[in-house]
Amino acid sequence: MKDMGEMLLREEPFEEIMMGNTALVRAMVEAGTRVVTSYPGSPTPEIATAIGSIPEDRRPFYFEFSTNEKVATEVAYGAAVNGHLATVFFKSVGLNVAADTFVQLSLMNIIGGLVVILGDDPGANSSQNEQDNRHLARMSYTPMLEPASPAEAYAFYLKAAELSRRLNMPVILRMTTHICHAKEKIAFPARDPIQPDNTPRFDRKNGPYIPIAALVFPMKTRALMNLDKAEQWGVSAGVNRVVDHGNRDRGIITSGLPFLSLLDVLNAATAKPDILKLGMVYPAARAMIRKFLYNHKEIRILEELDNTLENEIKALAFDEGIPVKITGKVALDDWLDEYTPDKVYTLLQDTWTDLVPERMGRTQEPPPAPLRPAQMCPGCGHRSAFHAIKQALAATDITVADIGCHTLGFQEPYEMGELLMCMGASTGMGSGLSLFNDSRKVVVFMGDSTFFHAGLPGIINALFNNHNITMLLMENGTTAMTGHQDHAASGRNFNETVEKIPLRQVLEGLGVPNIYEIDTYQQARLQELVETAVNDGGFSVVIARHPCMLKFMRQQKKKPAYQQRAVAVDQDTCQRVHECVEVFACPTFTRDSEGRVTINHDLCIGDGSCLQTCPAKAITSPKPIEPRG
Amino acid sequence: MDAFNIYLAGVGGQGIGLLSEIILRAGDHAGLPVKGVDTHGLAQRGGIVKSQIRMGRDAHAPLIAERRADLVVALERHEALRAMNIALKDRGTLIYYNAVWQPLDVRLGRDPEVSVEMLQATAQARDIKAIPVYDPELPDARMQNIALLAVIAKSELVPGVRLADYTRAMDDLMAGRMLATNRAVFESRLAG
Repeated sequence: MKDMGEMLLREEPFEEIMMGNTALVRAMVEAGTRVVTSYPGSPTPEIATAIGSIPEDRRPFYFEFSTNEKVATEVAYGAAVNGHLATVFFKSVGLNVAADTFVQLSLMNIIGGLVVILGDDPGANSSQNEQDNRHLARMSYTPMLEPASPAEAYAFYLKAAELSRRLNMPVILRMTTHICHAKEKIAFPARDPIQPDNTPRFDRKNGPYIPIAALVFPMKTRALMNLDKAEQWGVSAGVNRVVDHGNRDRGIITSGLPFLSLLDVLNAATAKPDILKLGMVYPAARAMIRKFLYNHKEIRILEELDNTLENEIKALAFDEGIPVKITGKVALDDWLDEYTPDKVYTLLQDTWTDLVPERMGRTQEPPPAPLRPAQMCPGCGHRSAFHAIKQALAATDITVADIGCHTLGFQEPYEMGELLMCMGASTGMGSGLSLFNDSRKVVVFMGDSTFFHAGLPGIINALFNNHNITMLLMENGTTAMTGHQDHAASGRNFNETVEKIPLRQVLEGLGVPNIYEIDTYQQARLQELVETAVNDGGFSVVIARHPCMLKFMRQQKKKPAYQQRAVAVDQDTCQRVHECVEVFACPTFTRDSEGRVTINHDLCIGDGSCLQTCPAKAITSPKPIEPRG
Repeated sequence: MDAFNIYLAGVGGQGIGLLSEIILRAGDHAGLPVKGVDTHGLAQRGGIVKSQIRMGRDAHAPLIAERRADLVVALERHEALRAMNIALKDRGTLIYYNAVWQPLDVRLGRDPEVSVEMLQATAQARDIKAIPVYDPELPDARMQNIALLAVIAKSELVPGVRLADYTRAMDDLMAGRMLATNRAVFESRLAG
């Protein structure tokens, strides 16, 4: 087996197939990065997986999962003003959490250099929106590089680090989902290990580092001057390139994954337009764009999500009176979703009907496959919790969701959690819903990692302002949704065993008057506790605890003595009430066309949490399954 | 030469990621330029996992255009139907493991379960060769992906990729007991 950690440190040149996220870690090692921080969020967690493949004693940099993206940014910044090249990475919406600190960074003289890696998510594959973080680059005067492939992600990290150290300013490396997760073969050069320099070089004379009053203007002036220098750097650094097809009529300006989709579509074109592929999307290299505009009669701008390049390029053409027709976004659909080869094909067909041959339409519509929404796993403690909580509440009561696996409770058949916003927002929203409201109880959900991430301010507010809500703290001991990263109550950080920060003691310390705790598999008792808690008045908490069973089962299956167990449905006892398959709805239950319910042995983990839900008592206790073969 | 496109689909937990990476690396061992990408939004929670592989010099994006896949590999019947409809070209090849993990609406009794007959009829209408695989002797349901791989290798469904390329790829990705049991399943199915 190939050893990823060994490859990431290898000193001889080599070629390897790597995911974009993994290639970034090789670049961090080569660049001499010393401090890396993050909060887990798709599409970036595999960066941490790659970091974790390097044994800690051989890892050339410090890494931590911080409690949230803002703290992670601050830790990286602190290290960077002490002279260390630092990097922080997180998902698209993580930048919203980090923004209060992030927008200030370009004002600071960051002597060590700081690269911010963003995992944007066009298509909202695993995010609550598809926000285009190029806007934040402009707002914060921060240069932004945008690779199109894993090989470019590797190369552009090195460029970003170089630019950041040269100008002592932050630089964003904007990845998107299918660049983070794309795989291709990358050639890596020989690597000379860099001797670490641990000297704490912070000196306030390198500042000012205090952005108040009159100091803000010189700091902002420096940031703006740095942007000009970054634009000049972008022209000569080889991050932007022209694909010259010798076409003096038509040109396309694009960046990132849409560039690769475009190349695919143009395979079938006879007169291929020239392409200006921007690797630096902010500030855009106006000198290159100007020349490209002058050299063509018609320009198509192909940019995923919003029209930031389009606005800039049209303004440039207007200001300089360049005689060129520029087409950007036209229809509302142009603002949505990933620019896949299919989408790019349609967009180009709309602009230049003669460019690529028409595709054959579908001759017939096949039968559709039933949708497959994500489900809570077999044995998931949240399922037992939702099943019980639903019975404790009136249909008119209001349930507020938060981010995490338990968000999935909003779906049928549970329908627990009727509003969702972002990390930690349930408590505040619930507090608002409780105002002028004596008739409908308000229950808010919160996960344990979110509790530390952004949950505490809403909780303290509910106590401080005496809001009348009940929190269901869904404690599964891990950050499950993003791949089981540890958090402050797990008893481990990324590098070592640490003291847990127990949820209950935190709540007690804050003065929460009524705190209840229960394992969610005890459904009847959980139901009683919720019935009690919603009538307590004020802010009450039920800690609904059960370890993440996906994580637990992965550990179990690794043990040589592991024996699979499963429940069974006794067909003689079964009265086809279908509580198991329709109301408790564990995906293990399978129904045939006659309504007979059986157990899918590929899925059942033998947890037995379903037994209590069958009114006919037809589900039998988990028993070992004979190994096949 | 046009790229050879492979679209893989299944449900979270079925081992699509490993299967895809084995085929991707096997293509590389066979000397083909390869690109791949996995899409797994909330897949760990029983959602759809899909993976796309492109082999050949003309492949730029990791994503395959609609109905441009030459080969669809599915680990479950509902996902076989979905992937065939979305990705597979007319006269392409579908290979699927004949397992069912019922989606929510089937379990709620609103939609019928996708049957082998439905898959075969849909395939036939578009001149698609559909190959079901089912292996009741597998020691572990988690090896259904390797049972499929053995048929892919044996039937040479990926042009230019030979048996030794697949075993080298498996050696790249696994070690110890996991490699031994998976290699044993792979090799016994080749012989069978």
